[in-house]
Amino acid sequence: MTTNFARGLGLAMAGAWALAACTTTSSDSGGAQAGAASTKAAALAAKGPRDDPFASTYAPYPNIATAIRGATIYDGKGGKIENGVVFMSGGKIVSVGGPDTPIPADIAVFDGTGKFVTPGIIDIHSHLGNYPTPGVDAHSDGNEATSPTTPDVWAEHSVWPQDPGFTRALANGGITALQILPGSANLMGGRSVTLKNVPARTVQQMKFPGAPYGFKMACGENPKRVYGGRGRMPSTRMGNFAVNRQTWLDAIEYANNEKARRDLAKETLVGVLRGEILVHNHCYRADEMALVMDMAKEMGYKVTAFHHAVEAYKIGDLLRENDVCSAIWADWYGFKMEAYDGIMENAAYLAREGACVVIHSDDANDIQRLNQEAAKAQAAGRRMGINIPDATVIGWITHNPAKAMGIGDVTGSLEVGKMADVVLWNGNPLSVYSRPEKVWIDGALMFDAMNPKTRPVSDFELGQPGAGDVK
Amino acid sequence: MRRFVALAASAVAVALAAPALAQDVFITNARVVIGDGGEPIEGGSVLVRGGRVVAAGSGVAAPAGVPSMDADGRWVTPGLFATLTSLGLADVDAVGESNDVRAGGAPFSASLDASLAINSTSQNILVHRAAGITRAATTTLPSGSIFGGQGAIIDLDGDANAVTLPRAFQLVDLSEGGGRIAGGSRVAAQVLLRGALREAQALAGRSGMPATTEIIKGDKVMLGRFDAEALVPVVTGRQKLYVMAERAADIRSVLALKAEFPRLDLVLVGASEGWLVAAEIAAAKVPVIANGLDDLPETFQKLASTQSNIGRMKAAGVTVAINAEAAQNPRRLSQTAGNLVALTKVPGAAGLSWGEAFAAISSVPASISGLAGRAGVLAPGAVGDVVIWDGDPLEVGSVPAKVFISGVEQSLESHQSGLRQRYRDLDESARPKAFDW
Repeated sequence: MTTNFARGLGLAMAGAWALAACTTTSSDSGGAQAGAASTKAAALAAKGPRDDPFASTYAPYPNIATAIRGATIYDGKGGKIENGVVFMSGGKIVSVGGPDTPIPADIAVFDGTGKFVTPGIIDIHSHLGNYPTPGVDAHSDGNEATSPTTPDVWAEHSVWPQDPGFTRALANGGITALQILPGSANLMGGRSVTLKNVPARTVQQMKFPGAPYGFKMACGENPKRVYGGRGRMPSTRMGNFAVNRQTWLDAIEYANNEKARRDLAKETLVGVLRGEILVHNHCYRADEMALVMDMAKEMGYKVTAFHHAVEAYKIGDLLRENDVCSAIWADWYGFKMEAYDGIMENAAYLAREGACVVIHSDDANDIQRLNQEAAKAQAAGRRMGINIPDATVIGWITHNPAKAMGIGDVTGSLEVGKMADVVLWNGNPLSVYSRPEKVWIDGALMFDAMNPKTRPVSDFELGQPGAGDVK
Repeated sequence: MRRFVALAASAVAVALAAPALAQDVFITNARVVIGDGGEPIEGGSVLVRGGRVVAAGSGVAAPAGVPSMDADGRWVTPGLFATLTSLGLADVDAVGESNDVRAGGAPFSASLDASLAINSTSQNILVHRAAGITRAATTTLPSGSIFGGQGAIIDLDGDANAVTLPRAFQLVDLSEGGGRIAGGSRVAAQVLLRGALREAQALAGRSGMPATTEIIKGDKVMLGRFDAEALVPVVTGRQKLYVMAERAADIRSVLALKAEFPRLDLVLVGASEGWLVAAEIAAAKVPVIANGLDDLPETFQKLASTQSNIGRMKAAGVTVAINAEAAQNPRRLSQTAGNLVALTKVPGAAGLSWGEAFAAISSVPASISGLAGRAGVLAPGAVGDVVIWDGDPLEVGSVPAKVFISGVEQSLESHQSGLRQRYRDLDESARPKAFDW
């Protein structure tokens, strides 16, 4: 481990700015003070770790006050309103209610009769942008697979905003927010970034304002295969834990050392230990999840969600007690050994235990159909006598992922004052026969199936066969 | 090679013959889907005798001596037909020792014969049977050379005779992937294909050990003598040639092969940009096994991908089946078909009617696979593969309540159902979960 960090430091030292930063900035005081407090006019200084160096420049696009009337509304938190009204203005939800909900005159009103309204769909696990299409080698930016622990890398530095996948997720999936994670080659893959699903020239224009960072970790087969295959640690599951634990111990020591020079990797780990950065842990097997939860307690951090948790159903009780969400597929199974016990009842069995369920994609195609995946998982439960209402199931792809991404207070449900991230579906979203008809992000109409010009086309697709096609 | 064909034909006869345990089944009060592209028939019946469909639809007379089963208004359909798949050729994809789908280290390609290694009780077969798939095309995939080998048509009843039709088709990759295998260029793949077919032409009608010019690069055998021999039925039109191609230009070059090798019986696989050349495909009467929901420019050969691809090709008169290989797993075939129905409500998109969508996962793939009228359809004389569903079979929440293959009711159990039962609760107060089975 020490070699890896030495190498990381060596790279950081290569830049003159890094040298300067090291001399002027202590680990935790923050660059603002370091810069402002410096009395030496000539001293060079980087911004500090709390200065949000790649800050969001997203601002809601112009919108007009809009209401949808007569639709069936799923509010994302388990509520259902028949023949309801959603009214949004100024980019926010202004009111949600029954047919008598007042709507001002002179605003745009859509007839939702026979249609359905949900909050914008949220994918907690995506690689759009860092494994974009076309999936050529030159675009392979999701795994910094050169060290088993790379907490210093940030997914946002790999996101290509022109990935056509963002537009498909919007148009076919109603996706309004998503978390882009580093891949799972490493035990500690780096920071994730949460995005608004708006077309943009820069990733900063997509960054979800105020969203906390996530931290990607991975259990099991991938890290031990990648590094074991190179004859280095970890090559086993026990090696995975050993490397993780030593890395956490080093981070704790760093946090407690006021003299330590800045270390990007440890800044991320300290952010996790302080609860500012949320852990998203790729982990398939139940027994490994149980071990990870103990490791988290040992080191003093919390796992927010296990991703790809195909065996979560075996430990729904433990996951509930530890308040950890399971982000899962509906029906992926058997493609690798640790996915061998995948069953379609996973979500329903977790729900039976009162544990948190999130349906995720990890896939540029499935992100276009999270609603269908949720419906499959619901039906599997129904066949086993576990009846989960439609309105609750919609929460698996709206409110629950929002909560687990730390943005549940501002989006993920249709509540007064929240961001007007809204999807109007042309039928029940839990049916294979339904599609998004309109998608609003912060009250701005970003997709309209009825109007070909309200359909984003990425730079990459311009002038190509099928540019602007319905897709 | 004549001997090969004779063997194949007799194998069909054997595999499609009524199994010893064949049941007679008379299903009444059903919403019957014939599978031929038509819409469901309310209040219909299905009669299977001796493992074969006798009649299906409305007005089927109750036969004497056959126990009847009330479907209670539920959907009754032919078994789904999945093409292409690797069912029976792998337990766990990423566990190499369990996976026979690629043989890149072998000096064989076109001569590979999937029918020799089908594991009829593979968990993947059990899981997909429980999803309503009763027959499938299964094949090894190109790895050492552009030829993937000879795929088989199998049934999913788990008995000793999984193979309905051995060596039903040869698979060749003329897409980006084929170019890479052939040495880094599509151009090389085209030369390799032509060279191989010419070797096969030279062998046609000859007996004994094949004497050919082998094509070898380093330690890779691109075409061995047995591969050339295996291509004789392809070049003489007695075995279908499935060609993987995505880009419009690549599809055109596949269609052009007929000018040089007129007897080729071509089938396109993938065809993400097929809609751009749909009229040409239709004119050439080449059927397509198309990726259903691809809509991303995953590679430069799929720039024009759209979910409307199949709908547009169908509208242009192309025969199209939905490719199971393109879904996350083949049990998503019905979901894919349902999505194509959904497209009919999206302005500017092209989809399929419900009946067409269902046919694209039943009778059409069966027909492309050489079982026209004999599988994937509830027509008199067809195999008695029948599924009773708990809902609309194309809806995401639906699964089969009962599955019959050649008239025999199938178990719907698997490793997954075992886990489902064991973990229906987490109660270990008396004994660990290991005692709950």
